[in-house]
Amino acid sequence: MRGSRRPRAPDTVRRLRLPACTLALLLAGTVRAIGPGDAAPNFALEDFDGHALRLADFRGRLVLLNFWASWCGPCIEEMPHLSAWQRTYGSAGLQVIGVSMDDDAAPVKKFLARHGVDYPIVLGDAQLGERYGGILGLPQSFLIDRRGLVVARYKGETQLPRIEAAIKSQLRAPR
Amino acid sequence: MYIRTRAICAMLAVISTFTGTCNPALADHKPAASIPASALVQPAEFAATLAAPHAPRPLILQVGFRKAYEQAHILGSEYVGPASDEEGSAALRQRAARLSKDDAIVIYCGCCPWSRCPNIGAAYDTLQQLGFKNVKVIYIAEDFGTNWVDAGFPTAKGS
Repeated sequence: MRGSRRPRAPDTVRRLRLPACTLALLLAGTVRAIGPGDAAPNFALEDFDGHALRLADFRGRLVLLNFWASWCGPCIEEMPHLSAWQRTYGSAGLQVIGVSMDDDAAPVKKFLARHGVDYPIVLGDAQLGERYGGILGLPQSFLIDRRGLVVARYKGETQLPRIEAAIKSQLRAPR
Repeated sequence: MYIRTRAICAMLAVISTFTGTCNPALADHKPAASIPASALVQPAEFAATLAAPHAPRPLILQVGFRKAYEQAHILGSEYVGPASDEEGSAALRQRAARLSKDDAIVIYCGCCPWSRCPNIGAAYDTLQQLGFKNVKVIYIAEDFGTNWVDAGFPTAKGS
């Protein structure tokens, strides 16, 4: 059959092929777990101080992306530590970013008015959660290296010493 | 005596500040530990029930947060909302008003590790107060992603 040409698909099929493939890729992307070595999905959202925040703008810095919510006890317990890490390691290249998974902004604003943090917070949504492999439990954090690749994913509580050790190790790594 | 009373008040104020004045839901939620063991069902056990061809299917209610439900929920479950806040509690009561007290109901959350979940104990307590006699609770030890989705049990997405 070498040299033979494949029969040409009808126009309608050809017109639908690209959108169908794109949709399939998107759907596949939403269910895929994100882990070490994967590119961290980019996003652009406004933080609670009104500044535009794009993950890609932090390329060149080590990013700790922390998914949390104002109703989540273990998340709230972590936050002073995350603030302290931002203060301690920020000048060495760490950037903590908080993504609230609260259903709306009001409780987050109320929380932040009472408990300031030393890093930007954005309001996430289900689509962003899916792109990160499903944020179906909190707290959850991703450590993202200077090239924008996921180094580690941390689910649940009691991971603080492990996370801090990984931050230190990444900051010591040659660029 | 006066000084002692003031000291106790001050101490209570400090405790309240750290335990949840930031979020009433955290301050006074009914702990998951208050649910009797006899009401708990393990995820694998419940998934097997769902898979049984002719087994009666209970009403399944998710009493957690919408963004989690939209990403993934138990196939056939309904979103009610976080039972630890007023809106979610009202939604649960409203849904329950259309049921018979003998109806089989299964509730789940999985927003956080079991012992830290603000919703599941509150939802169970509400249904008990309303007189429901056949309520089961899915024991989600870590979170819904780990104990249900990653385990490969039937899941749907969307609102």
